[in-house]
Amino acid sequence: MKLFGLIAVFIVGVLLLSATQDFPSWGNPRSAASDGEVSSFYIEKTEAVTKVPNMVTAVLADFRGYDTMFETVVIFIAGIGIIAVLRNFEGSDSSIDYDNDDNGAGLLARFTCSLILPFIQIFALYVVAHGHHSPGGGFQGGVMLGASYILLALAFGLSKAKRIFSERRTMIFAAVGIFIYVGWGVLCLLLGGEFLNYSVLDSILPGDAMMARSYSMLVVEIGVAFTVTAIMFSMYSNLSTRGRLSKGL
Amino acid sequence: MDPIIANFIEENIVPKFNYWIYVILMMIGLYAMITKNNLIKKLIGMAIFQTAIILFYVSIGVKEAGGIPIISHHGSEHHQEAGAHSEAGSENLKHNIIDKDKYANPLPHVLMLTAIVVGVSTLGLALAISQRIHKSFGTLEEDEILNKLRPGGHD
Repeated sequence: MKLFGLIAVFIVGVLLLSATQDFPSWGNPRSAASDGEVSSFYIEKTEAVTKVPNMVTAVLADFRGYDTMFETVVIFIAGIGIIAVLRNFEGSDSSIDYDNDDNGAGLLARFTCSLILPFIQIFALYVVAHGHHSPGGGFQGGVMLGASYILLALAFGLSKAKRIFSERRTMIFAAVGIFIYVGWGVLCLLLGGEFLNYSVLDSILPGDAMMARSYSMLVVEIGVAFTVTAIMFSMYSNLSTRGRLSKGL
Repeated sequence: MDPIIANFIEENIVPKFNYWIYVILMMIGLYAMITKNNLIKKLIGMAIFQTAIILFYVSIGVKEAGGIPIISHHGSEHHQEAGAHSEAGSENLKHNIIDKDKYANPLPHVLMLTAIVVGVSTLGLALAISQRIHKSFGTLEEDEILNKLRPGGHD
């Protein structure tokens, strides 16, 4: 089996390497991918059309809004799938479990975490809110915010983290995130535009149609951040306790 | 060094080293997925495979003179008003001329952002399923699981 695998891998590797002969060289600005019409349109027109300097966020939340919407749904479904596969309700979810000797890490680790947690969370919120002007966005900020809750669970024990961010609240947060995203698209429909065509929202938002697209990206990113935060914490708490949610690592 | 080898390195490896790294990484992941017996090691191989694809896509978007794909003169409208007398500068800003060679291709970054998200989702779900398998069979070794699944196999 090992020899067979090695031969197969070697053949595939040689084929892939021989294919790179036709690929553009490193950093070539005239390569087909970088010089094409689509990429040039995004680079040259993004700021003029949406007033957002970060092209990545603009393409993510505006031009390819459908993609990102269903991406958020994929995360949501993955979170639900983990709960469906792993969640074990036997001998858990009772109030006795919360009083277990689940004290988390030692004194120094707990003290350090209590010092840095607020800063992590504020930075995560900044990454979400400033995502269309600087590197960042809903996914990145959401992961950071979720990681702050995971840190809380590691340092103080899962029961303490669950008192703040319970399972019920986690799933509500995840659903609210999807609701914000899809609801914003439906709002565009109600105002007479296409689904996720943010420019028709200028009648209810301050500024012109371009600013409406900029604000809408912020709203959509906040929705993404809600879902990602909740599902990250849900994934951690289910995987680390074998679905019992009683005692963390 | 042999001039043929030196020539080969100069023409095929140096300007295309990103592809070499992606192929090597991808083959490490593929090898782990094919030959490893432990399910967790297979998952690690899958993660390495995904990382290789992400590296491949992002490395296509690189431009030699390009920075991050965020427009840097944003918010310079005030400068435009203040320096309205300087003809060339205001003309440039009025037509919003953007040199596309100065910014990396944003499209691979966007696509890979979504690919990372899918990767996290599949990895999380796969870990959950392997925990479930371990609960049912008491092992994560593939051949032992297959042995237990076989009708005549000892349970």
